[in-house]
This record gives sequence, structure tokens and C-alpha cells, in this order.
Amino acid sequence: MNGNDKGGVAERSMGFGLRALNWLAGSDLLDRIRVRKQVERALFQTTKGGFRSATAAGRTFEAAQKLGKPARQRPGKPRALFDITPDDEQQMFQEGVRDYAAEKVRPAAQKADADLSTPPELLTATNELGITTLGIPEELGGVVSEQAAVGTVLIGEALAHGDMGIAYAALSPGAVATAIGHWGSAEQEATYLPAFAGEDVPAAALAILEPKPLFDPLKLETMARRDGEDWVLDGAKSLVARAAECELFVVATEAEDLGPALFVIESGVKGLSVEAEPAMGLRPAATGRLLLEGVRLPAGALMAEGERDAYVECVHRARIAWCALAVGTAQAVLDYVIPYVNDRTAFGEPISNRQGVAFAVSDIGIETEGMRLATYRAASRADQGEDFAHEAALARRLCAAKGMQIGSDGVQLLGGHGFVKEHPVERWYRDLRAAGVMEGALLV
Amino acid sequence: MINLEIPKKFRPLVSQANQVANEVFRPISRKYDEAEHEYPKELDMLASLIDGMNEGSEIGGAGAAGVRRDANGNGDGKNRNGSNLSTVLGVVELCWGDVGLLLSMPRQGLGNSAIASVATEEQLERYGGKWAAMAITEPEAGSDSAAIRTTAELDGDEYVLNGEKIFVTSGDRADLIVVWASLDRDKGRAAIKSFIVERDNPGLKLDRLEHKLGIRASDTANFTLQDCRVPKEALLGSPEVDTKQGFGGAMQTFDNTRPLVAAMAVGVTRAALEETHRCLEEAGVEVDDAVPALCQHAAAARLLEMEADYEAARLLTMKAAWMADNAKPNSLQASMAKAKAGRTCVDVTLGCVELCGSVGYGESGLLEKWARDAKILDIFEGTQQIQLLIVARQLLGKSSSELR
Repeated sequence: MNGNDKGGVAERSMGFGLRALNWLAGSDLLDRIRVRKQVERALFQTTKGGFRSATAAGRTFEAAQKLGKPARQRPGKPRALFDITPDDEQQMFQEGVRDYAAEKVRPAAQKADADLSTPPELLTATNELGITTLGIPEELGGVVSEQAAVGTVLIGEALAHGDMGIAYAALSPGAVATAIGHWGSAEQEATYLPAFAGEDVPAAALAILEPKPLFDPLKLETMARRDGEDWVLDGAKSLVARAAECELFVVATEAEDLGPALFVIESGVKGLSVEAEPAMGLRPAATGRLLLEGVRLPAGALMAEGERDAYVECVHRARIAWCALAVGTAQAVLDYVIPYVNDRTAFGEPISNRQGVAFAVSDIGIETEGMRLATYRAASRADQGEDFAHEAALARRLCAAKGMQIGSDGVQLLGGHGFVKEHPVERWYRDLRAAGVMEGALLV
Repeated sequence: MINLEIPKKFRPLVSQANQVANEVFRPISRKYDEAEHEYPKELDMLASLIDGMNEGSEIGGAGAAGVRRDANGNGDGKNRNGSNLSTVLGVVELCWGDVGLLLSMPRQGLGNSAIASVATEEQLERYGGKWAAMAITEPEAGSDSAAIRTTAELDGDEYVLNGEKIFVTSGDRADLIVVWASLDRDKGRAAIKSFIVERDNPGLKLDRLEHKLGIRASDTANFTLQDCRVPKEALLGSPEVDTKQGFGGAMQTFDNTRPLVAAMAVGVTRAALEETHRCLEEAGVEVDDAVPALCQHAAAARLLEMEADYEAARLLTMKAAWMADNAKPNSLQASMAKAKAGRTCVDVTLGCVELCGSVGYGESGLLEKWARDAKILDIFEGTQQIQLLIVARQLLGKSSSELR
């Protein structure tokens, strides 16, 4: 793994066992010989390498039919009236997912959080609800002919009311299907989409985020360089849902001569590996880091011919999806704290009789509704074929800031009880931070 | 079908209101901020124009009387965009021009909204076309409207009103004052009714006009009511003191007027944001929607954050009005909108002054004025704290005696 001399020291200390390592770390020997940094670094690399694995051995994707040009969902007709009521179909979907989230997702959330994984039967069940098919054109097995950003938002919100991390795990394959449905070539669509419309939906992830502070999705460090007809990719992607079991990835890179662009990558390709990257929250999604080291792809792996607009649209659509999850989680906080502060007594009366407590509840209610409306507006503009970049940016800011405040207030209102795992509010606190951090990964 | 855009049929109205704001209000905005208590005579012609707009339109107009609810509701379950929404949208535009001047618009007072909300058809006939101000607050009763001391006593065919009223917007200029008074102080809030008093009633004495932080174009009057006699028919709504219904009658007005005040706040907020965008652009700072806020200039990130709050306030306001149009109970949403829009207006206008530095703080522009105007919008028609109280009671299912 690591060929240099200092790496050898680290490897040997691994062999000694942790007790020896601890002695070594505590002694001043390393400082005296001035190799502490190198040893620590090498140790990190060794350990990291030890946990790294190749990507999952996936199925073989083959184009079932040939289309002349890519199939696309149509934008809906412009709507004449202001309205906040979902249409009948959306309401049906929404109610189904709500029930499912309450009956199956919420009860499984705490264990999934602790286990760093979502039970497979839960993922199968969400696939059966048809969630992954919303972005697939009808010609390729999709169920809706028009773009369904609003529908996807409503589902994301309802599912996240059960649990944000499980929602991330469950919705991640749908993001890949939607990306290919929106920006895939005819061949990419024919090759990959039937699997997402079928019964055995593959685990898949849309990987944009990179492990660095102040990440800007328009300034990617993951590079795609041309080599003859091929592309060769190098870089790392962060917090990828179910990375180790994914059979398909859509990965954002800075493509030579083109700028930021998306590539379709099947798992198992040489140079692609994953390592666990557990985080503060979203733990049921078994987040991992995707490493690309000289990954060679054919020209046909590039999506949307590398058009910048397509990529930027993808970034905005992802943010709307994360807003939807933040709204659902914020609503979960509100629904949980209301009975709690009404039941909990202090100084001889329910704590909700105090304005200091009651006003915090009001603010959660007000800001959650504001987040929701801003998110709906961005999604609805997208569905009507209107420009929605600005609205998505506003919803994103709102959900990042207010969502986190709501997460924090949720714990605060329960006091010490909020800090322990007996109640879900500490999990929502950890999850809601993601709304301001995540890029890509989900799509509407 | 979810759609949160301004409905197509209201776009001409929004555009007209914007023209009025831009061409009539803005040019005289500073003038009447400086000349406090001087009547903005430019508004007379405009008021006739707006009356005409309201008359000629089936959808209601930008006027304060547009908040009347359709008594028939909408039994058909069909989505409606009606006069509550159109009024809110018109008010946003006009207050983008100048909120003080909007409050001074003849025949567009909150009293007109109150009359529109609860008047009988006969009263509408009788008082239609007149300018009505609203008198609720007293020296000892502000947010606690139930504690008002002004009394109304039935004497034959007349009510006799006695008490003191302060902070009456356009009180000196209006034709009518809607006065809140108690029929029986022992019966609490249920006994509080509103009465229409003609401005030239000899029992109504103007004490003084206030000097204020903002909305200086709008006069704020203090009155004494001394054996002020009004006909029995001047009582708005039902004369019954129904202790079960409680405050309902009088408070119903607020469900309709709070979205209007929220709309005022939204208009002022947008004015400040647009001006600051322009100002910062000149300084070389522009917001990029695709780049994460924290990867941009700190001023751009701040602007984005403020605009996000504005967006939430605006949509909450539209939602509250939309619910009224669709005959859905909206007192929760009206208070949510008022709370969010009121605090956002103050935060954003003050933030904009800070971002623009001395250019924002100086009187050469209007940013400092908007920041002064903003504060009242988080106070009148129920302060921020009152809105939070109402929202909390509704969310928590608490009575006003449990959560005080």
C-alpha cells in the first residue's frame, strides 16, 4: 500500500497492536526523531487502505432497445392560478408515502442510525412504491409523462418525516434515474433506465460533493482528462449514499475543455473504489467516499455532451430535493415537540404555558412553512419549464439556515432529554445540518 | 395543482400598481417624510384612479376594501384567486413605492377593511365610498385589546361613546373612524364591538398628531370621545354580547387585515433589497445563484440570506390571502405571515442600510427611510410578540388563559 520507510514504521506498529501504538503516540520518541507527522499520516493511509474496497460487482447493463434520440419528460403546462393544493395523483402518492413513513420508516430509524445502514426490506418497499420511476420518461418504463419535481418534493418531504437518512438511502437510486432521464443520451437511457423502472432497482448514486471545505460544485477537483477517444477520471467524491453496494454512479467532474460535466460509471470498473465515510448524520444511508484513480471511460459515458447548463440545472435540482428532506424533518421536529412541551411540567404547569417555550414552537411552525412554500415554488417553476435557479438558491439558503435552527430548537425544547437517544430530536439535529452541506446526491 | 406564481389574471393589476408606486409615490416619498402632517394632495387624484380600478375590475383591486369575503364561500371545492390575493399583491407593489403614502390613501384605510370584513349590506351602502380609519389602541390598552376602556352605552336609538383613542392612522383625514368600545366592561372581550363614528361628530375631539420614527407621510391621531353619540345602526356586526363567541366578531377583521400589513412589509422589504442589489452591483458585488453562499463575497451571502427570508415572508402572505379567498380559516396563517413579514422587513431594511454603508444611512437615498418605516410594520395590527402568541396558541391548542 505504502512503499516509503515511514509507512513501514506505521505498519509495524499496527502489528504490535493498539497498546503499543498508544505507547508510541504518547512517547516523545517520535518528536525527538521528528517523524511524528509522517508516521501519523502513513498510519492514516494504511488504515484507510485497509478499509478500502473495490466497488460492488454490479449487474451487466445492456441497451434493451435503440432510440434515435433521447426520450424526455415534457414540462407541464403553465398554470394560471396560485394554488397550494397538490393534484389528486400527487395527494394519493403523498398519502401513501406518509403512511409508509409513519408505520415503517420512523420505527426503523433509530436502529438504522446506529447500524449505519437501512434494512434492505425497507429499500425494496420504497422501490415498490414507484419512487425511483418519477424521473423516467414513459417510453422507458416511467409512470408519468410530465416532469415531476413537485411530486418528488412531496414524496421526499413525506419520507423524511419518517427519517432523513433512510430517505436519502431510499431516494438515491431515483436521483440517478432522474439524471439519466433528464440528461442521458439515447443510449444511456436505453442501457440504464429499464433497470430503474423494473422490480430489482439497482443501488445507485449521483456523486457531486467532494471532501474539501468551501466546496463549490462549479469548481470541481475531480478531473476528467481526454485520452484518445476515452476519458480518464481522477478524484474523490464525498458522502455517497450506499457507496459500497452501488451498481451505478453518475459522477461530476471538471472535464477537459468542457468544464463541469456528468459521467455515467458502472461499478466494478478498474480504478474505482469506495471507503466508509460515516458522518454526523444521514447514517442510515451508509455514506461512503468514492475514489477515482485513473478510471477509464468510453466517450459515451459523458452525459448531456458536457453542456454546462445541464450540469448547473442538476446542481439546482439537487438542492431542491435536499430542501424537501429538510422540510419533512423540520415538520417532524414540530410534530414531536408539541405534545412534549404540552405534557412536560415544570414549576407546577406545562412548560408550553411559558412564552419562552411557546414562542420557540411558533418560530419552528412559521419557518417550516416558509421553507415549504419556497421549496414548492422552486419545484413548481421547474415543472412548468420556467427558470428556477434563483428560487432554488433562495430555498436552499432558507432550508440550510432555518432547518438547522429548527434542529437545534428541537433538542433545546426537550432539554437534557433531547440530548439523549431516547428521543429522536438529537438525530434530527444531526441530520438537519446536512441540508446546508449536501450537493448533488438527490434530484427532483 | 401547486403553483406559487402571481396568477396571470392579476399581472395587469400588479403592473398598474407598480407604475403608480414608481411614478406617483417614489417621486414624493422623501417630500412627505420631511413634511410630516402635511396632506399629500397628490393622492386625491390617485385615489379616484384606484376607485376606478376597483370598480372596473371583477377581481377586486388594490384597495383596502378588497378583503371582504364572499359569503357564499366556495362550496364547489374549486381553487379561487380572488380579491384577498389581488389586494395583497396590489399593496405589495404600492408599498414598494411608499408605505406611508399607501396608509394615507383616501378610502384605503384599515377602517375600510374592517367595514368590508363585517358590515351588513345596508352598512356597506351607507358608508361605501368613504374613507375610514381604525381606532383600537388606548393609552392603557395596546396589544391587550380586550382591556379597552372606551364604553358604549345604548340610549334610545343611539349609542353614547366615552373614552380615549391613540395611534389612529389617518384619523384626522378620514371621513369615518371605526372605534372599538365595550358595551359592558364586566363581560370582557365578548362585549367589545366596533362603531362607525363620523369624523365631524362633535363628540369626537382631536387631541394631537404624533411625531414619528417612520411612515411620517401618514398622520397618526389621538382622540377623546366625550358623550359621542352615534346612531344604533353604526354598530358593526351583531349587537349581541355572546360570551361563547367571545372576541370572534372583532378579531375576524384581523384575519383579513393582517395579511395586508404583511403585504406592506413585503413591499418595503423588496424595495430595500432591489436598491441594495443595485448599490452592491455598482460596488462590484453580485449574487451568483449557482455558487454556494459561503463561497461568495460576504455581502452577497448576506443579501442571499435576506432575500431568502423575503421569499418566505412573501409566500406566507400570499398563502394567507389565498386561504381567505378559498373560505378556509386562516387566522394561524395570517399571524404567521404577519410575524414573518414584520420581522423580515425590519431585519432586511436595517441589513441593507448596513451593507450600503453611508450611502444607505444618508438621506440622499431612501434606504434609511425604509428602515425607519419598517419598524411600525412589526408593531401595528398586532406586534411580533402578539403574532407569536396567536401562532403558539393555535399550534399548541392552548387557550388565552393557559398561554398568556
